[in-house]
Amino acid sequence: MFFPVIILSSIGLGAAIILFFVSKKFKVIENPLIDEVEEMLPAANCGGCGYPGCRKFAQVFVESDDVENLYCPVGGGDVMKQIAELAGKIVAVQAQKVAVVRCNGSCEHTNKQASYDGAVSCRLADSTFAGESGCSFGCFGYGDCVPVCDFDAIYIDEQTGLPVVSTENCTACGKCVDICPRDIIELRKTNKKDLKIFVSCVNKDKGALARKVCEVACIGCGKCVKACPHDAITMVDNLAYIIDDKCKLCRKCVLECPTHAIHETNFPPRKIKEEPVKKPEVAEK
Amino acid sequence: MVYTFPKGGIHPPDTKLAAAESITTLAVPDMVYMPVSQHLGVPAKPIVARGDEVKVGAKIAEASGFVSAFIHAPVSGTVQKIDKMMCASGFYQDVIVIKTNGDVWEETINRTDEVISDISLSAEEIRTKVLENGIVGMGGATFPSHVKFIVPDGKKAEELIINGVECEPYLSSDHRLMLEKAEEIFVGIEIIKKAIGVPVAYVGIEKNKPDAIELFSTIAEKHPTITVIPLEVKYPQGGEKQLIKAVTGKEVPIGGLPIDAGSIVHNVGTVFAVYEAVQKNKPLIERVITVTGKQVLQQSNFLVRIGTPVQQLIDAAGGVPEDTGKVIAGGPMMGKTITSLNAPVTKGTSGILMMPSTESKREEMANCIRCGKCISVCCVGVEPYLLMSLAEHEMVDELQEHAVMQCIECGSCSFSCPAHRPLLDYIRLGKNIVREHTKKKK
Repeated sequence: MFFPVIILSSIGLGAAIILFFVSKKFKVIENPLIDEVEEMLPAANCGGCGYPGCRKFAQVFVESDDVENLYCPVGGGDVMKQIAELAGKIVAVQAQKVAVVRCNGSCEHTNKQASYDGAVSCRLADSTFAGESGCSFGCFGYGDCVPVCDFDAIYIDEQTGLPVVSTENCTACGKCVDICPRDIIELRKTNKKDLKIFVSCVNKDKGALARKVCEVACIGCGKCVKACPHDAITMVDNLAYIIDDKCKLCRKCVLECPTHAIHETNFPPRKIKEEPVKKPEVAEK
Repeated sequence: MVYTFPKGGIHPPDTKLAAAESITTLAVPDMVYMPVSQHLGVPAKPIVARGDEVKVGAKIAEASGFVSAFIHAPVSGTVQKIDKMMCASGFYQDVIVIKTNGDVWEETINRTDEVISDISLSAEEIRTKVLENGIVGMGGATFPSHVKFIVPDGKKAEELIINGVECEPYLSSDHRLMLEKAEEIFVGIEIIKKAIGVPVAYVGIEKNKPDAIELFSTIAEKHPTITVIPLEVKYPQGGEKQLIKAVTGKEVPIGGLPIDAGSIVHNVGTVFAVYEAVQKNKPLIERVITVTGKQVLQQSNFLVRIGTPVQQLIDAAGGVPEDTGKVIAGGPMMGKTITSLNAPVTKGTSGILMMPSTESKREEMANCIRCGKCISVCCVGVEPYLLMSLAEHEMVDELQEHAVMQCIECGSCSFSCPAHRPLLDYIRLGKNIVREHTKKKK
């Protein structure tokens, strides 16, 4: 009874003495700023900034001189401003972004040509066949993008079979963009009211084929390019693309599009009384 | 002595329903759709334009690169357009559409049935003929054959192995070809032997085709350098590396080609096509296709012009039976479900299989119970259950470490999994991930 107590206590004492000296000798002197910066970051550890976790981001932010390329998409401009003030650095103000699903090929707008019976994964299906509707570019709807989201910002709408981004939750970390095998999801500039205009199609086939597989496909007619007063729309490989930096949200292209492939979100209703043909429901909420 | 490969393998019911049906020629279709990519490698480049008149056997697309193949008109008529259409691969591909008008053949093609057994051409000329006539591997992989006719420097071809295994259940096109064109196939073997310069040839045939083994053994008596090897029935014996192991006992090194083990493998279908190309100057414009399925009215082996829509073959076999779940191009193990019946048959289509929905439906996936069946049936010795979860989590380095690229995608693992896990699907995903990763690294 007596001996074990003495032996254990002496081992403990010995170890404590060794540890004391070791901790003095090998003390890591870390910039206390890192802790403070980390405190301010959202602690989501999502990797959206390109670094493995918020701690690493804080470390890089504090230690490197050039912080222009560092950006925490989850915290956004506010957090970046705060940590920049704290660290005494200047950061460029970046526009708020949000993930946008650029496909509207729901069951309503496409014809089902085949049914897929394999393992439920978009990445798998992509290497197997063109898609149930026959569109070689469109969304499968098997939801690879859903589980990767750390913020519950994306889900598959049961009626349309397409992913829907909840703009409130989306932090633009870009994980869904990376996982999508067909590059349908894109991070686009948004603003406080979340007004956006985008082409909800990524089909690069010729117009006739694109239209055959989906009635709301971009057919590459070029009407929007002509209608745009700001040169914000490009036409590459039969596909229109709206450059969000140039777009002034004038909504002229939306009216022009013959297949209603250009979507506007959260705009107030138009003042013109003669509404054109009713738009297909926007896949954004 | 009956040989087989030692590692893994399965015994699916062989269900060769069409094996007793002799080859019948299918009527020339009204329209043919020739995909420009019917072979492994670079797609061919079309050399015809809309409105051009072509004869049967005329070149319509040229090989663009070393690993590529020429494509010839399977019918005579007018080129209507070059457009994208849904093909048997499941994707939209460029096809050359020809509207048939009569059946006028190029004069250079010898259309008689006579067997020409004198080989007058030199090795170099044979290679050129094979290239010019667009011959590709007809076992399914459609690798351009002329590439396999060249032995790389520093390597030595010791034997030629002819693949008459046809280990896929249901399919019987190679079997019928062996029975009906045996003499031609033997001439073909002699041609390939001469072109590559190998001393001996082996013909591997599985034991479930006793008539073909008997016929070939009789003819082989006249050809002292050609030996017929009966093989145990086991899937996937038709795999190149498995066949080499079964016939010669030699192992192809990891990441190596058959030539590294001194072997060259050609399918019987390819051998027949080579015979026709060299002796009759006939390009690869038709092939034997089995149309089968448990409920199919008329089990058939058709001689079909390449580019014929699948629908036409099915109509000739009595239509799609009620309650068909899947129409598959190829066999049930490695074939691919086609998403449109208008898709054309290609150089690599060995069969059209219609599976009832009760059989084709996938069972619901359950959790892995670590029984190890997938490992014991794997013919290349990888661990499918492990590769599946590695692929799910995109662990590239571990995937490479566990030799995911060695998988030949035979599907034995998925076939034998008691939990119905889609092992092969995920291994394919893993292979894609690794391929992408290596591309990025470069």
